[in-house]
Amino acid sequence: MSTSLLREKVVIVGNGMAAAKFCEELTALAPDRFGLTVIGAEPHLAYNRVLLSSLLAGEVGADDLVLKDAGWWAARGIELKLGTPVAAVDTDARQVRLADGSALGYGKLVLATGSSAIRLPLPGMDLPGVLTFRDMADVGALLAAARPGLRAIVIGGGLLGLEAATGLAGAGAETAIIHLADRLMERQLDARAGALLRQAVEARGIAVHLDASTQAIEGDGRVEGLRLADGRLLPADLVVVACGVRANADLARAAGIGCHRGILVDDGLATDAADVFALGECAEHRGQVYGLVEPAYEQARVLARRLAGAGGAYAGSVLATNLKVSGVHVFSAGDFLGAEGTQEMVLADPGLGLYRRLVLRSDGRATRLVGAVLFGDTADGLFYLDLMRSGRDIGPERAALAFGRAYVAPDLSTQSLPEAA
Amino acid sequence: MNAPVPLALTEAAVMPAVRTTCPYCGVGCGVLASPDGAGGAAVAGDPEHPANRGRLCSKGSALGETLGLSTRLLTPMLRVDGALEVASWDAALGAIADAFRRTIEAHGPDAVAIYLSGQLLTEDYYAANKLAKGFLGTANVDTNSRLCMASSVAGHKRAFGSDTVPGVYADLDEADLVVLTGSNAAWCHPVLFRRLEAARARRGTKLVVIDPRRTATAEEADLFLPVAPGMDSVLFAGLLVHLADIGALDDAYVAAHTSGLNAALAGARALAPDLATVAARTGVPAADVARFYALFTATERTVTCYSQGVNQSAQGTDKVGAIINCHLATGRIGRPGMGPFSLTGQPNAMGGREVGGLANQLAAHMGFSPAEVDRVRRFWGAPNMATREGLKAVDMMAAVADGRIKALWVLGTNPAVSLPRADGVRAALSRLDFLAISDNVRANDTLACRPHVLLPALAWGEKDGTVTNSERRISRQRAFLDPPGEAQPDWWAMAQLGRRLGHDAAFGWCSAAEVFREHAALSAFENAGSRDFDIGGLAGLDDEAFDRMAPQQWPVVGPALGPALGPVRAPGEGGEKRFFAEGGFFTPDRRARFIVPADPAPAAGTDAAYPLRLNTGRIRDQWHTMTRTGLSPRLGGHLPAPFVEMHPEDARALGIAAGDLVRLTSPHGTAVLEARPGEGPRRGEVFAPIHWSGSTAAEARVNALIAGATDPFSGQPESKATPVRAEKLALAYRGFLLAREALAPPHAAWWARVALEGGEGWLIADEAGPLAWRTRMAARFGALELSEFLDAEGGIYRAAAYDGEGRLAALLSIGPADRAPDWAAVKELLTVGGLDAAGRRAALAGRRAGAASSCGALVCSCFGVPADPIRALIASEPAADVARIGAVLKAGTNCGSCVPELKRLIASAPLPV
Repeated sequence: MSTSLLREKVVIVGNGMAAAKFCEELTALAPDRFGLTVIGAEPHLAYNRVLLSSLLAGEVGADDLVLKDAGWWAARGIELKLGTPVAAVDTDARQVRLADGSALGYGKLVLATGSSAIRLPLPGMDLPGVLTFRDMADVGALLAAARPGLRAIVIGGGLLGLEAATGLAGAGAETAIIHLADRLMERQLDARAGALLRQAVEARGIAVHLDASTQAIEGDGRVEGLRLADGRLLPADLVVVACGVRANADLARAAGIGCHRGILVDDGLATDAADVFALGECAEHRGQVYGLVEPAYEQARVLARRLAGAGGAYAGSVLATNLKVSGVHVFSAGDFLGAEGTQEMVLADPGLGLYRRLVLRSDGRATRLVGAVLFGDTADGLFYLDLMRSGRDIGPERAALAFGRAYVAPDLSTQSLPEAA
Repeated sequence: MNAPVPLALTEAAVMPAVRTTCPYCGVGCGVLASPDGAGGAAVAGDPEHPANRGRLCSKGSALGETLGLSTRLLTPMLRVDGALEVASWDAALGAIADAFRRTIEAHGPDAVAIYLSGQLLTEDYYAANKLAKGFLGTANVDTNSRLCMASSVAGHKRAFGSDTVPGVYADLDEADLVVLTGSNAAWCHPVLFRRLEAARARRGTKLVVIDPRRTATAEEADLFLPVAPGMDSVLFAGLLVHLADIGALDDAYVAAHTSGLNAALAGARALAPDLATVAARTGVPAADVARFYALFTATERTVTCYSQGVNQSAQGTDKVGAIINCHLATGRIGRPGMGPFSLTGQPNAMGGREVGGLANQLAAHMGFSPAEVDRVRRFWGAPNMATREGLKAVDMMAAVADGRIKALWVLGTNPAVSLPRADGVRAALSRLDFLAISDNVRANDTLACRPHVLLPALAWGEKDGTVTNSERRISRQRAFLDPPGEAQPDWWAMAQLGRRLGHDAAFGWCSAAEVFREHAALSAFENAGSRDFDIGGLAGLDDEAFDRMAPQQWPVVGPALGPALGPVRAPGEGGEKRFFAEGGFFTPDRRARFIVPADPAPAAGTDAAYPLRLNTGRIRDQWHTMTRTGLSPRLGGHLPAPFVEMHPEDARALGIAAGDLVRLTSPHGTAVLEARPGEGPRRGEVFAPIHWSGSTAAEARVNALIAGATDPFSGQPESKATPVRAEKLALAYRGFLLAREALAPPHAAWWARVALEGGEGWLIADEAGPLAWRTRMAARFGALELSEFLDAEGGIYRAAAYDGEGRLAALLSIGPADRAPDWAAVKELLTVGGLDAAGRRAALAGRRAGAASSCGALVCSCFGVPADPIRALIASEPAADVARIGAVLKAGTNCGSCVPELKRLIASAPLPV
């Protein structure tokens, strides 16, 4: 093995799932070519953020979240600098400065700084008892607070809010969700799936308030209640704010790297600064900031291939949501709400809590799947995602398609599938 | 109550199987029924019955599936203020008696009529015939047998002087040539056909099939002659000419026992002077005609079997005559392996003939000569004898339509479906002043004709009496089930009416045995060998002996009642009784008469408006109007929808593909049927089965199209040569509805109902698409839990309704007509309990995950084997033959009527690469 001094220095800022995937891909493609350093603000080994709700719900332990153990990183010669946030990037000097004052030079810099939970600009947001749900520390705080009889309110009926609420309810808290929109997970689910999800959530004893806007968090020295815009006061011991995330682009912005909502990258995941790249939830590609793990993994694969000299380009991801929320599997992808000129197929078995809607677009020659929402059984989600990505003509199998891969002809169903994300 | 005493249920459960007789075709197979004590029974062929020796066909094997009470009429009903209400027997019979009495007083006896059925037992027939012809004073007693074999009766009487079937089934075992003309025996008399096939395997019997249609029977033939409709007489006239020309006549027999050969021969020469003329008129290649003539000439042991293809013709009697001519001329009659042989269609058409339950017979093979009327009057002690023939079925319905007949009693048949111009008959029946119906079902097209009285009849398994099969063999139908509800024997109802009209003594019977003894005594009364039908030897049977009576052929001459019939051949090795080997015909001079057939032509010609000729008939697994076979899931699987078979070129010319809906139109009616293009019919001809009715399909009453031109001798209508036109009926959507419970017909432009295991299925075609069906489904099953699949733009809607236990209660599937959904893979869901998530998805998907979309149509009904496993076996074992398929899958090993289909599957298999 050549000495590390001869290897090109690659510094990765961020120790999340995107960073870990990138390291895995790059060391697999070019095991000896780069010297990798990962700098993480959190003091943990990279962990699976998707499982935080399971951790909160007590279904898994903290160890189960770890993506790669210390030995894995060591075996690949990857240097880990954890619990040490980066203070600044100097693109001219090609170095990063850490919060502890040290500096690190780079040949290539990969920004994988992720995103942070939004805190609403409302009165009382700084009261003790107002928490977010984004990282391991948040989970620790929630677990510390959660107990039977605790009155908890979650602001936000999106994925994170539902997971926080489910975890809290699982821990015995009297839990309610306050949601601004007219249905839960409105960006991932259509109205019918949203309604089914509400039923499932309510079946867990969680109260759901839709079309509800928060005016203020009230309390004398700590949270005592949540005031709605309609004037109602909901008593609460704990408020979890889960209203969305914001890309962590401040570091790049301060370094003069082009940013909009996120750090702007091209199809090669390159920023406008030489040898500086960005991927994951901090990156903005073609106007899109992805908040899901799978686009981050795709980006990590593309960037690793490019740095390894294998070429490739990232053309964006077909948006897919594929998760278990509040004990229910949901999946959505693509243009699942439909649009002018699309057609839809609906398969519903309300008695079993199953629902799926497929959105099609036909141009007279071929019929393509352009969107899907699945509720209750998402086993076919990736199959549909693959069909959306490949743009294959599903016309001949149209009548069978909604019933899943097991029902369609082998030539359509044995398409290569993307690695499960 | 005078009903036969049933076995107590507890006894029945441990009793040995009851020997009885199948209620379907005229073969008259013995059946062993083992009641299960819960209203059902296991059914097997009776190995000791000489007609079948243990075999049963698909229909007979499925008898057990038809025994339920779900469709039964169980109480008398009486129309009160426009609506039918449950009534007592007393009130119902009182209403009939009043109506008949009033009608006769006001309009004379010929204003009343009774319309009977070849499904009735001989005792029922006897009671009805006696009541009408001796006590009401009318011979307006006819039967659906008129539609079936009246031309054979007339043909027999013209040639023999009596309605005598000369031969026996054993002749098929002993023949060297069997000619089947106008008979699809492989489907319609399957057990007899299997017997013939066994003989062919054993002794190489040659089989010639004459039929306009390449039937399953034709496929088995050594020589198939696709004769033009109605031209059978030309073919047989040509045969007579040929036999004469090459000196193959039996001059001694002709001289000793016949008359009229020369005139017949001259007539035959006029029709068929030479081979070229025969070939031209029949449409059969001259070489094939010559082969047939040579075979017939060279084969002394020849049996010519004929059935509805000969009878259901405006010249049916002449056709029968032309056939009999050839057998008389060669002396091939009444000897083992020889003779003309009429295969009757119904289980007891023969019994009806023996009784005289036809408008042109009086009783017991007697007619309306003054001496015969007087004889029967004395025997019956009858006050109001009918003295002339009554109206035969078609004329009877014309008299119903024009008001000459005002009061009608229909028993055990469905004339609103089965008679020609059936729509007109339905309308006429509905306008009657008085209509009484005895039936064992609650609903059929005739029962929908505003009857005034309904009487609940016993069904097969409950009835007790006798039937006679095609070889004159009288067998017992025995009861093995309790009479349900208030159902009673038909003879009992007739007797009750007779008593109400003041004839207590003449109608005092207390059992079927008493009726039978009287019938037997009448047959022998002043007979002394003058009449062929004599069962006087059975007139003295006591009740126990009647109960035990083994199947036996008539005549059964009693020593006390008359001398032995001279001409009857002594019982042979099998005890068979044949007629006429030594002459002894029942004409005044005891000679058979050759007949001169008229120049044949179908009653109506085709033209530009009606360019096709419609042939009708039965299919393998259904019986008549399906009130019974329609209850069997197995039997519904073979050909589930009403269809029209047409030549592929005719279909192509009309833009019709397999499975398309086709509207057939004649001047008298229409039917909408599924197209089955195939090589069966000749070009310009189509075939449609007779079975579907308004109860089983939206518009498939095929007899509505039939004109009803009748044979001048027999009055039998022509049912197999109706000019029609065909056009494609394009309905945008096709689909099906499965349901566990019986439903009213779905709201659809076209539908057909099929019995399925665990429920029923409806095939559907409609202009309305997914969204309309979604609304209908919600309206019909909204109270249940529904799962749905909707692809509005794709034209698909499917919905499953689940009951409280999660069992599939109903399943609807609608799709574009060119991709009609198929229930083959999901119909079994009606038989299972609650479905899991995967099962519920499969229900809507229309198949199991990973499975092909269908398993094919049912081929073997007896063992429920569909086409796909058979094809798979043939594919994996290219050398597999019918025997191998039977060994592996059992298909074809019971009744064998699917063997032609198995052979076709083998022949059509792609060659191994």
